[in-house]
Amino acid sequence: MKYLDEYRDSGVAHALASRIRARVTRTWTLMEICGGQTHTIMRYGLPDLLPKEIELVHGPGCPVCVAPLELVDRAIEIASRPGVIFVSYGDMLRVPGSRSDLFQVKAAGGDVRVAYSPMQALKIAAENPGRQVVFFGIGFETTAPANAMAVWQAKRQGLTNFSMLVSHVLVPPAMRIILRSPANRVQAFIAPGHVCTVVGFREYETLAAEFRVPIVVGGFEPVDLLEAIAMLVDQLEDGRAELENQYSRSVTRSGNGPAQQLMDEVFEITDRQWRGIGPIPGSGYRLRDEYAAFDAERLFGASEIRVQEPPECIAALVMQGLKKPVDCPAFGTRCVPERPMGAPMVSSEGACAAYYSYRRHTAEVAR
Amino acid sequence: MTGFVCPVPLHSTETVLLGHGSGGKLSSDLLHSVFLPAFANPVLERLEDQAVLEFGSARLAFTTDSFVAKPLFFRGGDIGSLAVHGTVNDLAMCGARPVALSAAFILEEGFPLSDLRRIADSMARAASIAGVTIVTGDTKVVEHGSGDGVYVTTTGIGVVPPGVNLSAAHARPGDAIVLSGAIGDHGIAMLSAREGLELDGEIASDSAPLNGLVEAMLAVTHEVHAMRDPTRGGLASTLNEIARESRVGIVLREDAIPVHAGVRGACEVLGLDPLHVANEGKLVAFVPMQHAAGVVKAMRRHPLGAEAAIIGRVADCDPGMVTMRTVFGTTRIVDVLPGDQLPRIC
Repeated sequence: MKYLDEYRDSGVAHALASRIRARVTRTWTLMEICGGQTHTIMRYGLPDLLPKEIELVHGPGCPVCVAPLELVDRAIEIASRPGVIFVSYGDMLRVPGSRSDLFQVKAAGGDVRVAYSPMQALKIAAENPGRQVVFFGIGFETTAPANAMAVWQAKRQGLTNFSMLVSHVLVPPAMRIILRSPANRVQAFIAPGHVCTVVGFREYETLAAEFRVPIVVGGFEPVDLLEAIAMLVDQLEDGRAELENQYSRSVTRSGNGPAQQLMDEVFEITDRQWRGIGPIPGSGYRLRDEYAAFDAERLFGASEIRVQEPPECIAALVMQGLKKPVDCPAFGTRCVPERPMGAPMVSSEGACAAYYSYRRHTAEVAR
Repeated sequence: MTGFVCPVPLHSTETVLLGHGSGGKLSSDLLHSVFLPAFANPVLERLEDQAVLEFGSARLAFTTDSFVAKPLFFRGGDIGSLAVHGTVNDLAMCGARPVALSAAFILEEGFPLSDLRRIADSMARAASIAGVTIVTGDTKVVEHGSGDGVYVTTTGIGVVPPGVNLSAAHARPGDAIVLSGAIGDHGIAMLSAREGLELDGEIASDSAPLNGLVEAMLAVTHEVHAMRDPTRGGLASTLNEIARESRVGIVLREDAIPVHAGVRGACEVLGLDPLHVANEGKLVAFVPMQHAAGVVKAMRRHPLGAEAAIIGRVADCDPGMVTMRTVFGTTRIVDVLPGDQLPRIC
């Protein structure tokens, strides 16, 4: 398949792995930010190709995983109300809140629907004028433009029965938390290619300079990731700390201007709670006051919900690269994808779920 | 902490979820927690796709399946042809020659008779092609709003030829794993019709009766150990079942598994794995290595086996586990999904 096969070519992959082996002189710890990248690394078994000096740790970039429990509870509460049509991306339906999940709301008679785009929710709202249609607007900078577009369109069309439960999160503030941590082990980052396609990489240049850390914007195919790792190893071995762009077929320095304009029109920066990590100042988007009429949180008088994460879960350590999923005593026993105990086991893109799905055999050997 | 705050895990559910019908782990949970304890008997406990009952020297295969399809008509078939193929294939997977089917319909008040005729005609055509007759049936009608137009249940009987003894528990180390063709066509055709996805390329369901292909295979050798049609839950679920039932390891070769370009593309866009996508006209067989080439050759001469390929082998390590050698020469696990495969956010 064009535009895919060349990035999954075994010969190219092995050549990149040889280049990395030839260059590496000591151990290095690298973090890929995005859950999509973690998924590819595990699915293609890339750690098996790399020299043992290279350790990959997996970052907090799984939007489903970092959605806080209280947000899921709020979604469940809204979706359970009579007359509401609750529309969500598919993988949020299985995410457990403190007592239930959206699948169970659906089983109990709630009108919960899966969509591939927020525009579908807009269409449902136009077709059901007597019902309140709520879209679950979560994700990183990647999904923000589409969600902003839906809200902007709703306002333009004068819809009065469409709203969005917004909990967008932003990557750079999470990277700062990791880099500022006294226990930080991460020496270089693969920055998320899809996020940078939208917002560009200027902010990542600042991070590279401020923390003296090499950052390469990477794609999502196995060859992309191996090339990004090779570029990072070159930087580390050279003693450089720069921003480089491996994913140049999609990412430019300033990103997608019209998308950013739309996001800025609809959203403003706010503090956000990250599941498994905690509150991070200025780490998310919320709807601006001009769009308050479409804010499900204000519309449904979202009650204060406070819940507690299971104390046994080491999600925070996993998502900051301080522990591996297999270091957790609950991994694969009390915590499995159908009964996730914590954030990274929830979505297929979470680090623990990726380990469980693709690398349990080697995990067992490694123990 | 005051008292016990129930943490994240939802260990059990007291209501039926859609995922209970996915063919994944939740389906298996339901079977083991409700039906197996209630109906306990040795034939059922073999957990085959059909029961084989002995009457003197004759062996009868017996199976039933209910069909719900959204939409009812799709590219490559409809709920009627699907209901015939599904039951014919469940019979064929134990090597049986299908003989007769029953058909039961649950109809929703207000359903157009023209659509029902279309479905009945399609069933008749599918049965004729598969060489079975529909000899008995039943209809019930439910109130408007209580069903999706029509649900169809078919039950089938067939005769197992002497010397054929197929079972998901019979795979042995050294067996070659033979797949009859490209995977994922049915699931993607249904998804794209249901969701109105505008996908490039016209992907049609692979729904087809496999009894002719099975006959051609068994004409080469009766020594086929196991055979299954990977429907709900896809090839990954079927292979995991066989690995578990036979207590063997399965090692696949990623580059040997055929997937049509349109299905690959759709799976990329939707974040799905073709290994988990449903098929309705494919089979996977476990064949002793010395017969594998002959079986594949015979399959390729049959129109439904033109893309047949050896996709892996049975190993004596990692019993119960399916692993795959990727195109990069690395290894990964091929797992069963907890419930329905869910499209990812980004």
